[in-house]
Amino acid sequence: MSRPERYAEPSGANRPLIAMMRRDLLLMMRSPGAWLNPLAFFALVITLFPVGISPAASVLSTLAPGLLWVAALLATLLSLEGMFRDDAEDGSLEQLLLAPQPLPLLVLARVAVHWVSTGLPLALMAPVLGIMLALPSGSYPMLMASLALGSAALSLIGAIGAALTIGVARGGILLSLLVLPLYVPVLIFGSGAVQAAIGGTPVAPHLALLGALLALALALAPWATAAALRISLNA
Amino acid sequence: MSLQLQARNLACERDGRWLFGALDLEIQGGDILRVEGANGSGKTTLLKLLSAQSLDYQGTLLWRGEPLRRVRRDFLSHLLYIGHASALKPALSALENLAWHAALAGQPSSEAERVAALATLGLSGFEDLPVGQLSAGQQRRVALARLVLVRRRLWMLDEPFTALDRDGIQTLEALLSSHVGQGGSVVLTTHQPLRVEVPVNRLHLGEEGVDVTT
Repeated sequence: MSRPERYAEPSGANRPLIAMMRRDLLLMMRSPGAWLNPLAFFALVITLFPVGISPAASVLSTLAPGLLWVAALLATLLSLEGMFRDDAEDGSLEQLLLAPQPLPLLVLARVAVHWVSTGLPLALMAPVLGIMLALPSGSYPMLMASLALGSAALSLIGAIGAALTIGVARGGILLSLLVLPLYVPVLIFGSGAVQAAIGGTPVAPHLALLGALLALALALAPWATAAALRISLNA
Repeated sequence: MSLQLQARNLACERDGRWLFGALDLEIQGGDILRVEGANGSGKTTLLKLLSAQSLDYQGTLLWRGEPLRRVRRDFLSHLLYIGHASALKPALSALENLAWHAALAGQPSSEAERVAALATLGLSGFEDLPVGQLSAGQQRRVALARLVLVRRRLWMLDEPFTALDRDGIQTLEALLSSHVGQGGSVVLTTHQPLRVEVPVNRLHLGEEGVDVTT
């Protein structure tokens, strides 16, 4: 009996990380609802603005960078709750904590998949919605770049909140309250970059600050998330 | 190196109630320790302490003579813990679930090994079905297939017999006997009579205190 090898094992020390990401991506493909919801939310919110404010391009184009960034941020927030919840309920999280690998690395793998399934699609979708808001055409690359960079920071920061609120029934609001203050700087520099691109001022400072925020989150968030997971699971 | 987990004067309090106190334990290669007690007597809590998941206790836990907190990584690389929850993803097949567990444990497994592990638990023909479509007993068997697939010396099993039929119980008892026969150790909680070919240490948790018998 020959069985096709659909789940070939990676080799080397990264094996658990790769297995973790592969499993998460597989789960994502099997249940598309989880990652399609934030995208649908993003699209719905943006389509409502021309209806609610004014279809005039001159009005919308000044608001567009902020509106796109706020809607993307809220869509990310919507997706955070599920980041560890299923694993906590079915006992997988317990197994993660018992794995001999460092927990922050496993957390990083989970966050990477979260970014691929929410942040990246949001960034790719943003130009289409930008057309709807009459965003000046030259700023599309900057919109995508700032969203891609910023949403990675949002995923990392959000993971801390998600880990802290696992044990809280209907912890969505608490999660938002915890995470939103930390999201504000990302929002400021993210939409600032797009506005700078439209206005013709240098975008590099905004992107550099966004990158600095990402670097900071990358350095601290996995450890904070790991600690939060341990606290939540044993509380 | 021999396997040895010791508890000295272990005590644990939850929500203002002492679950147990002054507990002395020693688990060595070839031991089965069966933890008994009424619902809510602290069996699962004890297992969580012994598996280094919870650090909220008084007393000392030693792994090979070193404090457990300090040698946690080494300890975990010898431990296989199967809790109440199955740690299986309903949307993934039995094979995919097992592949993840083996990889997480740092032990590469081939597809043939995973198929063989499932066959040992009597799940031939169910390898590719999503686990969510299997019955509760079959899901438990998938979780228990890790015992065959992931080679670890110390097993901690929380109510492993739940939802198993008579065949499944016999299979698990045979696995326990052979694991202990090869020098491994088992800590388990169950309400089920346990028929294994090796002597079983029993630990009773209850209102009247802790009682260890051999």
